[in-house]
Amino acid sequence: MKRIITATVQNRSGVLNRVTGLLQRRQFNIESISVGQTETPGISKMTLVVEVEDNQKLEQLTKQLNKQIDVLKVSDITDKAIVARELALIKVVSSSQLRNEIQGIIEPFRASIIDVSKDSLSIQVTGKPEKIEALIELLRPYGIKELARTGLTAFLRGQQPQVTEFTPYSLLK
Amino acid sequence: MKPGLNTGVTPKNGADLLVEALVKEGVDTVFGYPGGAVLPIYDAIYRAGNAFTHILGRHEQGTIHAAEGYARVSRKPGVVFATSGPGATNLVTGIADAMMDSLPLVVFTGQVATGVIGTDAFQEADVMGITTPITKHNYQVQTITDLPRIVKEAFHIATTGRPGPVVVDIPKDISAEISSDVEFDTSFDLPGYQPTLKPNPLQIKKLADSLTKSKKPILLAGAGVLHGKASNRLLEFVEKFQLPVTTTLLGLGSFPGSHQNHLGMAGMHGTFTSNMALYECDLLINIGARFDDRLTGNLQHFAPNATVAHIDIDPAEIGKNITTHIPIVSDANEALKQLLSLASETPDHEQWWELLGRYQDEYPLWYNNPKESMIGQWVLETVHEVTKGEAIVTTDVGQHQMWAAQYYTLEKPDRWVTSGGLGTMGFGFPSAIGAQLAKPDDLVVAIVGDGGFQMTFQELSILQERNLPVKVIIVNNQALGMVRQWQEKFYEERYSESLFAIQPDFVKLADSYSIRGVKIETQADFEAQLPELMAYDGPVVIDCRVLQQENVYPMIAPGKGLHEMIGVKP
Repeated sequence: MKRIITATVQNRSGVLNRVTGLLQRRQFNIESISVGQTETPGISKMTLVVEVEDNQKLEQLTKQLNKQIDVLKVSDITDKAIVARELALIKVVSSSQLRNEIQGIIEPFRASIIDVSKDSLSIQVTGKPEKIEALIELLRPYGIKELARTGLTAFLRGQQPQVTEFTPYSLLK
Repeated sequence: MKPGLNTGVTPKNGADLLVEALVKEGVDTVFGYPGGAVLPIYDAIYRAGNAFTHILGRHEQGTIHAAEGYARVSRKPGVVFATSGPGATNLVTGIADAMMDSLPLVVFTGQVATGVIGTDAFQEADVMGITTPITKHNYQVQTITDLPRIVKEAFHIATTGRPGPVVVDIPKDISAEISSDVEFDTSFDLPGYQPTLKPNPLQIKKLADSLTKSKKPILLAGAGVLHGKASNRLLEFVEKFQLPVTTTLLGLGSFPGSHQNHLGMAGMHGTFTSNMALYECDLLINIGARFDDRLTGNLQHFAPNATVAHIDIDPAEIGKNITTHIPIVSDANEALKQLLSLASETPDHEQWWELLGRYQDEYPLWYNNPKESMIGQWVLETVHEVTKGEAIVTTDVGQHQMWAAQYYTLEKPDRWVTSGGLGTMGFGFPSAIGAQLAKPDDLVVAIVGDGGFQMTFQELSILQERNLPVKVIIVNNQALGMVRQWQEKFYEERYSESLFAIQPDFVKLADSYSIRGVKIETQADFEAQLPELMAYDGPVVIDCRVLQQENVYPMIAPGKGLHEMIGVKP
């Protein structure tokens, strides 16, 4: 099962290495990991998307992460109300004749063209991973020259639904 | 002038600050080996004079195992120095060993100067990268002002919660940097490190309730009882509820070995009774053991019908290998204290005790004693008899280790030093040096194999240098005994590279270090000489020639369950 885990960490050299090394040696498969600073100086936040076999492995994952001295807090937010986004940059083969056609494709995705050259277009898209996948699939027939994705970043929504009325919701299933 | 604080030197450099920080931590003994990148620190140690005793090893592996032995019996952190590159990498085995067995170490490694870090400079190794997976935490000092705080944090992390090794990597330019105005600031804040010491009362209540209901309880005592200094409380608890007790390899000594409630060690070479008790119990209370696979055997058959309660200071150990019904994150002593105050009704386990008693009578530990030649079991039993079970025993890894666990019954805590988790050959002898330094007045016996002793015997120099009366008993079967045993049992007697064709003359070897050496080949000689050798005022190396083909029994074969022991009866 795919889980979204966030870890609040001290912003020190080697912390990313600690976390990824830990996951590697305990045989957890990281699908994506993104890190950046938070509102508090010296504190960073990691968002990990991991594939785990079962709840027992998941528990072990969060406990081992928590054990790290530089890790302040670990949360599995998969089943919570969250906002989750990823950014992708896609460079597509495109002659000038095709530009309008591609523009038409990316518009519903609220993606934008951020660079144009004689034979290519660079597109920026933000959204849930499924949306990015969908756009990539649509653009693939044109020929993707280069693709870069940031990995998922996420946090809890400002308000969580009441637990009693809450139906589990996961954008990653 | 206060000894240790090198007030004669001003201004101070980073190395002086380090020495000062160690003195403030109350360090009295350090273990180390100098080299280029750590020279400023050794210079500061020299200038500080008698700030602490420095034990010069002969190889960094021996050095760090000595520190581990020191830490195990003194309950103080072992402090280690090594230089950069090869010095640091030679420590890796000991660091990993301390990590597996939760021993508090603070390891200082020299590093090349900050300006050349990352250039593959002479004697540069990525110590942070190498030691991250095998330390509780590690640091590379980036500025001299951080040094006092980092040392403070390192000792704090190494010794609190679940103990473990902490590495502090110090670039040469920082230890050499002179600074007249570094404020000796050791205040620190580790928001990500807050060990839970007190148990959740609800879980304690749950365990107390299960205890009153259970018909077949068993208590498993691990090294966590020793680290938590909870032996007395454990004894009180066990006697109050009349529980059967079994121990892990590392938990030996946490409960009196000859106590009537003690079933012996559990696991691969544990007693039949202990393993059957773990198999048949309906309540398993694990205090401070991590359910290692050498203990559990095949997980399918481990305590299949039991409610499992696990008390551990490290939450990540709970539920890691075994599904736990009552998880209790706590210091062992604190958990036992609260349990004692809560549970009162003494349940009746008469039938259970009757069954266990029958197992004990019918399937005790056994060996066939060929009077004409010596075997390991007999040697250990005899050593136990002669030393009245009061020695501090350190062991290497292999058959002799298991025989020591089986036949050297320990009554008191902190007298058993062995490499459990990592199973490190070469551990037994140097760790005895550390143990003897920690307890100068106690009898320290190193039980080693001829294989493991040959890995680290260069540390014999220290016995001579420091006049340490360590008694080294080589259980010499001229083979890698445990490897040989496995090859016999599971590889159809193909003894691939496990039998030594050549042995050093251990008596001459000892002699070359000006240490008394004795070779003994018969039971009669051993019995006649051992009392005098144990009482001898100085170090001794005893080369005991034992039968090569002797095996450790009983045994759980790989992949088998606790109830499937082999070699249970002669």
